[in-house]
Amino acid sequence: MAATDQVLGSEDSRGSLLYNPVVRGVFFQILVFGGLCAFLYWIVHNTQENLARAGRNVSFDFLYQRAGFDVGQSLIQYSSDSTQLDALIVGLLNTLLVAAAGIVTATIIGFVVGIGRLSRNWLIRKFCQVYVETFRNIPPLLVIFFWYLGVLAILPGPRDSFKLPFGSLLSNRGLFVPKPVWEEGSWLVGVAFLIAIAMGFFVARKASARQAATGQRFPVFWTNVALIVGLPLLALAAAGFPLSFSIPKLGAFQATGGLAIGPEFLALYLALSLYTASFIAEIVRAGILGVSKGQTEAAYALGLRPGATTRLVIVPQAMRIIVPPLTSQYLNLTKNSSLAIAVGYADLVSIGGTILNKSGESIQIVAIWMVVYLSISLATSLFMNWFNSRVALVER
Amino acid sequence: MGAVMQPPDLAYVRTDLAAPLPPPTGQNSVLGWLRTNLFATLPDAVLTVLGLLILWFAIPPLISWLFLDAQWTGTDRTFCATVAQGGMQPEGWSGACWAFVSAKFQQFLFNVYPAGERWRVILCGIMFAALLVPFLVPRAPFKKLNAILLFLVLPVVSYFLLLGGHFGLRYVPTRDWGGFMVTIILSYVGIAVSLPLGVILALGRRSRLPVIKLLSVIFIEAVRGVPLITVLFMATKMLPLFMPDNMKIDDFLCVLIGVALFASAYMAEVIRGGLQAIPRGQYEGADSLGLGYWQKMRLIILPQALTLVIPGIVNTFIGLFKDTSLVYIVNMFDLLGAVRRNFNDANWITPQTPLSGLIFAGFVFWCFCFGMSRYSSYMERRLDTGHRK
Amino acid sequence: MKTTVKVMLGAAALGLAVPTASAATLDDVKAKGVLRCAVNTGLAGFAAPNDKGEFAGFDVDYCKAVAAAIFNDPSKVEYTPTTAKDRFEVLANGTVDMVARNTTWTLSRDTTLGFNFAGINYYDGQGFMINAKKLQGINSALQLSGASVCVQTGTTTELNLADYFKSNNLDYSPVVFEKIEEVNAAYDSGRCDVYTTDQSGLYSIRLGLTAPDDHVVLPEIISKEPLGPLVRHGDDQWFDIVKWTHNALIIAEEFGITQANVEEMKNSDNPEIKRVLGMEENSKFGTDLGLGEDWVVNIIKAVGNYGEIFERNIGSGSPLKIARGVNGLWTKGGLQYAPPIR
Repeated sequence: MAATDQVLGSEDSRGSLLYNPVVRGVFFQILVFGGLCAFLYWIVHNTQENLARAGRNVSFDFLYQRAGFDVGQSLIQYSSDSTQLDALIVGLLNTLLVAAAGIVTATIIGFVVGIGRLSRNWLIRKFCQVYVETFRNIPPLLVIFFWYLGVLAILPGPRDSFKLPFGSLLSNRGLFVPKPVWEEGSWLVGVAFLIAIAMGFFVARKASARQAATGQRFPVFWTNVALIVGLPLLALAAAGFPLSFSIPKLGAFQATGGLAIGPEFLALYLALSLYTASFIAEIVRAGILGVSKGQTEAAYALGLRPGATTRLVIVPQAMRIIVPPLTSQYLNLTKNSSLAIAVGYADLVSIGGTILNKSGESIQIVAIWMVVYLSISLATSLFMNWFNSRVALVER
Repeated sequence: MGAVMQPPDLAYVRTDLAAPLPPPTGQNSVLGWLRTNLFATLPDAVLTVLGLLILWFAIPPLISWLFLDAQWTGTDRTFCATVAQGGMQPEGWSGACWAFVSAKFQQFLFNVYPAGERWRVILCGIMFAALLVPFLVPRAPFKKLNAILLFLVLPVVSYFLLLGGHFGLRYVPTRDWGGFMVTIILSYVGIAVSLPLGVILALGRRSRLPVIKLLSVIFIEAVRGVPLITVLFMATKMLPLFMPDNMKIDDFLCVLIGVALFASAYMAEVIRGGLQAIPRGQYEGADSLGLGYWQKMRLIILPQALTLVIPGIVNTFIGLFKDTSLVYIVNMFDLLGAVRRNFNDANWITPQTPLSGLIFAGFVFWCFCFGMSRYSSYMERRLDTGHRK
Repeated sequence: MKTTVKVMLGAAALGLAVPTASAATLDDVKAKGVLRCAVNTGLAGFAAPNDKGEFAGFDVDYCKAVAAAIFNDPSKVEYTPTTAKDRFEVLANGTVDMVARNTTWTLSRDTTLGFNFAGINYYDGQGFMINAKKLQGINSALQLSGASVCVQTGTTTELNLADYFKSNNLDYSPVVFEKIEEVNAAYDSGRCDVYTTDQSGLYSIRLGLTAPDDHVVLPEIISKEPLGPLVRHGDDQWFDIVKWTHNALIIAEEFGITQANVEEMKNSDNPEIKRVLGMEENSKFGTDLGLGEDWVVNIIKAVGNYGEIFERNIGSGSPLKIARGVNGLWTKGGLQYAPPIR
């Protein structure tokens, strides 16, 4: 491009302003910009007229009005007396919840299937291929409907719930699992957990320093597992077990007590995870295939075992290829979570839609959606760029 | 090396060929194949046995649900419901309700397009197929004419044919359109609009004019950063607000505009990849020939860049094809929407209906998307040879 | 209402043409030869396509009645199926001449939206439906604490629901959907215990369920939803025609004028009946409205009186089997009352 610029940007031999590329460029830009401004003015003008005719004006005051409607699932305190802004926040949190859960699950399934597609085992390879080819080629909305209408809706009613281990119940009202109830003194457990994590970091650093210095190795992984599980348990015992579980019980209507996970969330979560996992699997496969075979051979020549080769040689290099497309899959999953509206899961779009239907404030609601999703996209890209720069190949 | 010598009479040198040994069992016997591919190591063997067990338990019920126990014919829900559910099937019966699919097949294709007028849709479909197939076959002649017919003549003809209201054809409002027909129309218009628009946006993004570049980047990134649903909501709820009072804009048109703009942002990124892959020498060569910007792009760069990204374009198109199902949320009925809508027909409500309908819709989507991805990799292989260094 | 009638009668008595702000809708309709009427896209009993694909139902009969009053031909109607969202827009922008689509009369719809309601043809209210077979022993909404409730989102129904459960200190979990068909399917599949919407809607939805007889509508009514046909502001003559078509239907029921006996009723000795049917000497009620003198006769011949319309479409003669209840005549303990034709 630099060369092109020089050629086009050089002094014009004909000397006419008309043929001067710089002048033409400026003129063309002014033309486009002016046209766009005129178009925007036209739109704004029409909108203002339309709004004036309908006796409405664009303001965000409606956000502070009483919402008046209830929401099926909320991570924060919410009732119909809360404001519409609170309702939107509830929706945003629900979006983030399902996206986060979906991303974790999709990554796990995606990596397993992606590696499975390269397995020496023919059967496993075919399994993974069928999985990937199936989910990649059907619309995500269809997968959501499949879970919601095809599977969860035909489960038995709440009174004939399937009884699962640990007192969990599964019915067409969703999954009810025991809910931990923290009592007095349980803060100790949280503190112990944080201390354990901090100690884990410390141990890891010390161990790697020692290995670099003396060549002696230290079982970091198992030490940390022991720390992170053991310390909170000790704290629990020290505080006299201030923990009880609320077990779901069959009630007159649906189960009471416990933690209710609605079929809307389940359907969306399962569908997004399975759908996105098929794309992640392909990315993982491409990433692993992208590491040249010489690397494996060199690792074997050094005497590394296949497991260690994968862990120490292949994966770190494959991650460089995997991370950028993985980012866009995470973003796709987050954006696809807006399909919640099709099954009535109370996400940002769904709650925004309710307010939009109720108050008709379409411009503001659509603007809020756009701003929120763009911010999520931007934040994810920034984080992933940072991560990518850490794992990127340092050219020497 | 020394001179060639006549070999002396050496009795210990064998003169006849040794009989070939049988190949190692790992190479081509069934057992060997099994050994290397299924039971190479202990973990492999465990996985294989597990996989076989899953197949053993999953396949027979699946086949009997899909085919053996399925209800293929019937006129209403009683054929697909058990006695307790008010039907005629024995207690405990479970099987696909293909009767539902065959009874509603016409609706899946056309939704509520008037029955007497459906020949118009079919005619458009035949014309579309007749133009599309030669367009996709690389060896077929008359590509230019074909493209003109497909992208310029067909839309006009289809517009008059499908909407009617002229030439003695009955007017069919777009709210009666639906089914697979809408899926095809949306994807077709989406690709036909997004391709040229994507080219312009991609060129804009690589332009050295700062205003143009900024505007293109803003548009592309803004559209790619939000879900299609919000774009569709914007198209259906806000576009009418943007229009002057006397201009009524059809809901279907709003959706078409939304889908096309959405697809063009993704298309722009694909084409930008193609533009970046063209060696700088091509740009310089065109400049040295004295070609202007548009001449350079039209004659030298774009033909190469577009051919290079045909697989990417097809993949974008697959995404677009799948995304058309989202119009259901703004009250249009594409194939999936039409299927979904018929679950609510009181005449057909059974526990088996939704699953059967969804599997049917999924199968149709799968066939098209899988076909397209195969086509994409075929093109990739075909084009690959020319660019391998 | 009374004042309006007085003013109208006064104007008529003076022989003044009622001034119209915008175009005279009646002339428009007559010129086109067809009445354009917005109805529901499909609500069994109120407006839904029948086996032959023609619209039929309670609201549809109101369109037919107005067409009969104007053209003496109930078939001269062009139906526009509308959703809850676009019903007001099509009326405001002149796509249709009137709306008969189970629409609640509220102040803001009169003022902000600029419409006139021509009367209340159905006193409705939000109610609850449950599956009595599964939930035995529940016969009041106050027993519903802890239930999950299916409701269409973005509607006043959703807001009323929240208020009712809150004011009665009851717990519930809402299950919301954008489209009414999705709500129906979710309720039918057992996703929720309770379905809430207008009672008329509940009766109509019940018909479409897998086992209609298992479901009962609970007695509580938690909101006032007076439904009626509506027209645009600014054309009082047209408003009068729709309003008095509705009144004539009720008056006919009061006097026992039915589709079957309307011809012989014309010869009745009762001066009131004669006046209603335009048989009075030098009667000019019809012409003052802009219609023929036999307008009431035409209406009744086309669709019958209010009671007949009710019974045929949503009452005992229909699968919905809605009791007359508050929609009975005022003389029979109901609320249906019409000002006199005189």
